[in-house]
Amino acid sequence: MSAIKLTIDGQEIEVAPGTTILEAARQLGIDIPTFCEDPELPPNGACRICVVEVEKARALVASCVAPVGPDMVVHTESERVINARKNNLSLMLANHPLDCITCEKTGECKLQDYCYRYGVASTEFFGAVKDLPYDDTNAFFLRDMNKCILCGICVGKCQQVVGAGAIDFTKRGFGTNVSPGFEDPIEESSCVFCGMCIDNCPVGALIPKYVTGKGRPWQTESVPSVCPYCSLGCNINLHIKDNEVIGVSPDQESPVNRGHLCVQGKFGWDFVHSRDRVTAPLVRSNGVFVEVSWEEALDYIIDNIKDIQSRYGADALMGLGSPKSSNEDSYLFQKLIRSLGTNNVDSYTRHCHVSAVDGMMDAFGNAATTNTIDEVAATDAILVIGANPAESHPILDYRVREAAQKGAKLVVAVPEMIGLVDVSTAYLPLEAGTELALLNGMANVIISEGLHDQDFVDKRTEGFEELKKAVEKYTPEHVAGITGLEAEAVRSAARAYASAEKAVIVSDAGVREETGGAAFVRALTNLALLTGNVGKESTGVYLPYGENNLQGMADMGVLPNVITGYQHLQDQKVRDKFSKSWGVEISETPGMTAAEAFEGRKNSSIKAMYIMGENPVACGGDRLKVAENLENLDFLVVQDIFMTETASLADVVLPASAFAEKLGTYTNVERRVQLSQTALEPPGEVFPDWAVLVELAEWFGFEWDYTGPEEIFDEIASLTPEYSGISYYRLAEQGLQWPCPDEDHPGTRFLHEDSFSRGKGLFAAVDYKPEALPASSEHAAVCCATGYHGCQCLSETLSKRSVISAFKKGCCV
Amino acid sequence: MQEQTSKALSNFEGKPNEVIPMLQAVQDETGYLPEEAIRDIADLIGIPESKVYGTATFYSQFYFSPRGKHSIKVCLGTACHVRGGMQVMDALERELGIKAGETTADFKFNLERVNCVGSCALAPVVMVGDNVFGRLVPKQAKEVLEKSDPEV
Repeated sequence: MSAIKLTIDGQEIEVAPGTTILEAARQLGIDIPTFCEDPELPPNGACRICVVEVEKARALVASCVAPVGPDMVVHTESERVINARKNNLSLMLANHPLDCITCEKTGECKLQDYCYRYGVASTEFFGAVKDLPYDDTNAFFLRDMNKCILCGICVGKCQQVVGAGAIDFTKRGFGTNVSPGFEDPIEESSCVFCGMCIDNCPVGALIPKYVTGKGRPWQTESVPSVCPYCSLGCNINLHIKDNEVIGVSPDQESPVNRGHLCVQGKFGWDFVHSRDRVTAPLVRSNGVFVEVSWEEALDYIIDNIKDIQSRYGADALMGLGSPKSSNEDSYLFQKLIRSLGTNNVDSYTRHCHVSAVDGMMDAFGNAATTNTIDEVAATDAILVIGANPAESHPILDYRVREAAQKGAKLVVAVPEMIGLVDVSTAYLPLEAGTELALLNGMANVIISEGLHDQDFVDKRTEGFEELKKAVEKYTPEHVAGITGLEAEAVRSAARAYASAEKAVIVSDAGVREETGGAAFVRALTNLALLTGNVGKESTGVYLPYGENNLQGMADMGVLPNVITGYQHLQDQKVRDKFSKSWGVEISETPGMTAAEAFEGRKNSSIKAMYIMGENPVACGGDRLKVAENLENLDFLVVQDIFMTETASLADVVLPASAFAEKLGTYTNVERRVQLSQTALEPPGEVFPDWAVLVELAEWFGFEWDYTGPEEIFDEIASLTPEYSGISYYRLAEQGLQWPCPDEDHPGTRFLHEDSFSRGKGLFAAVDYKPEALPASSEHAAVCCATGYHGCQCLSETLSKRSVISAFKKGCCV
Repeated sequence: MQEQTSKALSNFEGKPNEVIPMLQAVQDETGYLPEEAIRDIADLIGIPESKVYGTATFYSQFYFSPRGKHSIKVCLGTACHVRGGMQVMDALERELGIKAGETTADFKFNLERVNCVGSCALAPVVMVGDNVFGRLVPKQAKEVLEKSDPEV
């Protein structure tokens, strides 16, 4: 069909058929007011503020729903249009409290802006006025439905994007309201407190509690940052006034979250201002912590570490980094530990993800999630297994939901009912712990029905025959006996996944090794390799982590066997490169892993530990053993923002800076390196962690002369091939996904396009073994509705000091 | 109550377009829409309860609280209004001790206003169940109640 030519306000334009008048006008830069229109919701033409005059048309038309027509002549601000809009606004004001003086929305209220634009100061209509009770029963926001103009955007976001379905229009006519079922308080509804209704409300009907009386929008500075919770790394703007965060809004342009957030991103940042913050260095003296100067603290640390180093050797030292630290901080941390002569650098948290990492690494040669989060929305089939993304990674849940709404087949294989089941094409309520059998059964069906991609299998993979043999016995009937599903359900799930043009698998990196985590992950990768659903847009295997910079921390070499970018320490060239750059000898001996260090050996060779930003004592697992091991150390330094369970065992506690208090980069699960700006001055005697590490290094006698994170990042880029094309200059524009080999490279949206990182993709014969599930701890029980994955690494160090602790328990960092 | 709801919903497949027939079936069985029934319908179809509630409250045919044994409809259409329907309503409210839209504590009567029952020649009109009482004056309120329920 050819383009349609029309004239809007005297300007000619050609647009595709089906374009609305509103969209065409926007292309010309003409601003037509709207209330109920939202780009990701179907147009509903309810508010009528967008009416325009079309010549020869009988009545004014709502431009958000009216498509363009050939040779249409449109006037967007004619007298008739303006009068209609004034009338419309006047009608709205008839039932809207005019308390703009104290209303928190003043300055960013669409109703106020349009009344200003058209000079509507008061209403001409008097009659009944709504008198609805406030709802302020929840911890997060106030609902004043007397201010609601019934645009319906909140209802659309809640039902379609988030899928919570907490609210809908109720009653009719004058009594129409937006409310949960039975007019219950929002607290008692299915609300997940993602705050998207708040972010999209055009008026002041929904107000977050934290902003009340704190400041006007024009008095705040908006600072781009990255959410500190899960590994999706949503882009947020922190609203700052007088060195205080008074609000958060999602970045509407972000390729990661596209203006969406969840409860953690929207409300979880308040730990930054917690009274529990450690604000000065503390040294243990006669069993109690005493505040000391930085000089005293550093002096004490250097003396003790040097002493242990001289008595037991450098391998008696160990550093534990944190998946919350920025790339720069993580890089300097491992550089410091390695400069001291040992490779004993690791993270305790990482070990919750180690099966996922190993599984992906063995199959593909790269542990990272293969594709971009947003690609999920455009796929044709999705298998969700062993995960409930709505709990662990809500933005991923939104994308799965979006794909399902667009017609993708969605197979949800989890033991207990989760929200995604409502939009699924098939729900497979299998016995907890039998996921591997189901996956093998699906592989059996795919092979026996010839649904696999023979060409892909031949050219890009190895080990097919072994897999074929291994899954032979996993007939649908056999699998049905194990999983408690119908054999036909196994068949149709396999067909749905294998016959789609593009298909993805969504799970969770928090798979527990006790329940055969690595084998489970291999079974996932088997399916992707069989069907060629990897190395292409909108395919792949998604195993998101629970922590925001776990990917970055590993990329930065906070690992005992590899240095930045997974470069092997056994490689002389690698060691030479780093030795030359750092001016120290790099040890060839692989370091000890955190798991080894905490194995509970009484005579562990580790005598001193430096833990930066991690709280292993509170991380589930065997808590007592961890604490016991830490108590047995000769010397323990903990650098953290709070007096955590781990810090309370330390000899020295150094205050750390929170994410909002420092400049730095974070790498999300889709390998996207993102820049987070300094939004706040740190409290008390707190300095950015990179500065503390530089100071420590200098006291140890190393010549580190970084002036700031940018210089540190440049050093990372110069030593790490995957990061070499990334710079702060480029990141200021937008995040970049590694590998990004040179400065003109746009970054890599998905991995393994032409070949796998390990050459060919490797199938694995993995057998299902019926094992009793370990008794889940209280922590994991709440967290893991799905019964399979158990992200016990989430210590709640941040969330329990936030208002979100009222809502999310056991699911956060 | 749960039994009645289950019975009412037993013949449905749980498709989204069955919301209204399901609501009607429950109301036919129980006389109104109990909260649990709305939740059951939402679960059965797999849609949020807010949506079922929103749909139900849109239509005036649905009731959300238990109804009386006898439903009293006081016509306040134009003809009844001008011939003193409002005074009849007042008298019934006084007699029953409830307001229009409410149900008596013993669940014998519920009282509501309607806008025309099509018997304007008999105005002002009150209907109790299927019985029509015409040309009423306020002091007949008690008589209407007694005739409708001998135990009053």
